[in-house]
Amino acid sequence: MEQRFGDLKAVDDVCFSVKEGEIYSFLGPNGAGKSTVINTLITLLPVQKGSVSIAGYDVASQPQEVRKAIGIVFQIETLDRDLTVWEALEFHGRIYSLPQGLRQKRIEEMISLVELEDKRDVRTRHLSGGMKRRLEIARGLMTSPKVLFLDEPTLGLDTQTRIKLWEYIRKVNQAGTTIFLTTHYMDEADQVSNWIDIIDHGKIIASGNPLKLKNDLGRDMIYMETNDDEAALQIVRSLDVVKEVRRTSKGLRISIYSDGTYSLPAIMDLLKEHGVAIAGVNLKKPTLDDVFVYHTGHDIREPSSAKLSVQISARRR
Amino acid sequence: MAMEFLTVYWRDMLRFFRFRALLISSLVQPALWLTLYGGAMSSNFSRFASALPLPRGEVSVSYLTFLGAGVIALTALFTSLFGGMFLIFDKEFGLLREVFASPMPRTHIIIGIGLSGITKSLLQVSVIIGFGLLIGVRFFSGRTPLQVVLDILGIFAFVGIFSLGIVFLSSAISLSMDNHEGLQAVITLLSMPIFFASNALYSIDVFPWPLKMASVINPLTHLINGVRYFAIGNDFYAMGYHYAYSTDDVMRSMLALTVFAALMFLVARWVLKRALVL
Repeated sequence: MEQRFGDLKAVDDVCFSVKEGEIYSFLGPNGAGKSTVINTLITLLPVQKGSVSIAGYDVASQPQEVRKAIGIVFQIETLDRDLTVWEALEFHGRIYSLPQGLRQKRIEEMISLVELEDKRDVRTRHLSGGMKRRLEIARGLMTSPKVLFLDEPTLGLDTQTRIKLWEYIRKVNQAGTTIFLTTHYMDEADQVSNWIDIIDHGKIIASGNPLKLKNDLGRDMIYMETNDDEAALQIVRSLDVVKEVRRTSKGLRISIYSDGTYSLPAIMDLLKEHGVAIAGVNLKKPTLDDVFVYHTGHDIREPSSAKLSVQISARRR
Repeated sequence: MAMEFLTVYWRDMLRFFRFRALLISSLVQPALWLTLYGGAMSSNFSRFASALPLPRGEVSVSYLTFLGAGVIALTALFTSLFGGMFLIFDKEFGLLREVFASPMPRTHIIIGIGLSGITKSLLQVSVIIGFGLLIGVRFFSGRTPLQVVLDILGIFAFVGIFSLGIVFLSSAISLSMDNHEGLQAVITLLSMPIFFASNALYSIDVFPWPLKMASVINPLTHLINGVRYFAIGNDFYAMGYHYAYSTDDVMRSMLALTVFAALMFLVARWVLKRALVL
């Protein structure tokens, strides 16, 4: 797909597919075009160019069918604060035209799935952040969707709540629901995803399963600070075990093919022989965070240089 | 037939009855209008009303009675203006995303809100009529109980169709605005000419012509014509002016309100179709 806002190409020839039953992560810095893609998929934005289909339905020509086939947990909270847990689900079931009997059955199932039994008649304004999220997941799942969209489902939640939430999501996925996920937590994406696409500046710049993405960066990564980074870079670059050397803001980042436990002392000796003094060194396995920084050039929490004002920063007051 | 708009109606009424403060103030406010403004003005008017010449045998209705019909109309106006305003909070709080991404056709949103607008207005109007009769508003004088029932139904029909039009109007405005602060300003500004360029508080007979033109196309004037016809009668004097409504006049007012409501529905639907909630 390709989406423009005036002169700005928010999404530029993005192409991807999600396999049925998998957990798919769509990652990118703020302003990379992520929200535009999601809003198009969930039929809140029209398809401008290209073709998008979900669960066998064309998003542009069969939006109604798509809407029935998907469930959504929005990035921002979208609960009516004045409705109770039960009423929020009842409302949702009714606007999705679930018949009365099925609706009541699903409400009960969902309330027990996310363990909100004792909050049934509590207004959503009195729920904790984690409970609200659970309710929103219950709501998204109520209509038994083929695909569940989770846009930053764990944003702002404490670690314990996040772990709990992932239990539910895994359970749901194991029951056959395809999950489309965006998140700022790379460790989460790493643990749960079957497939990851990274988008930046409106284009997909890396894809693969988490293991492949990490392996692409080399087996180990060495972060090093020296008294002469330029000289060190020239020396290290020529080694066989070295995949790539880059300068970072503080020093060097060296990706190697071999086991760092043994290669690192050798590299350090070599540098010493050439008169380069090493001030600090750190050896680590590449994480998805490293993958992200490697491909986008910045941390996921920093905004992309492409400024998009598409995201509405609506907040509850 | 798709009945999802009943769900929107259900939620809106749930909220209306749940906000006790809102519910009570919306019922007390018209009563305050009648007692405070009505009481003050009638004691002022009655000083010179007796000096105004009336044709032999004719009796002028009291200002309170005259105003009673106006208060019914004003209440319907403000309640309905606020009826659509809730949409901007739904928009700001993200609630509309859930609805827009659902298979429910968007027009159901305004139909549901329109219905709850009617319900709220009729509820208030019933309270005003009851309370008014208690404090000396002389509605339905000399009418049989059956006629009174028909009169009330007539008032309800006028109030209902008017409320629908105003709710659609305020829904359309709400959906085209970005924030509720701006919306409040626009709605307040809009309510002024509708309110004052009407015959709610006084006669429009002696208006300067531009104001008179405005009052003639003002839906509020048509609502008040209908309400006065059913509540007071088709021929009466108030504050020295002669009011006579033929059946044709009333039908014309009804038609004007129907056209107004239909137009506003189209406008609201048009805005709704283009509304983006991201």
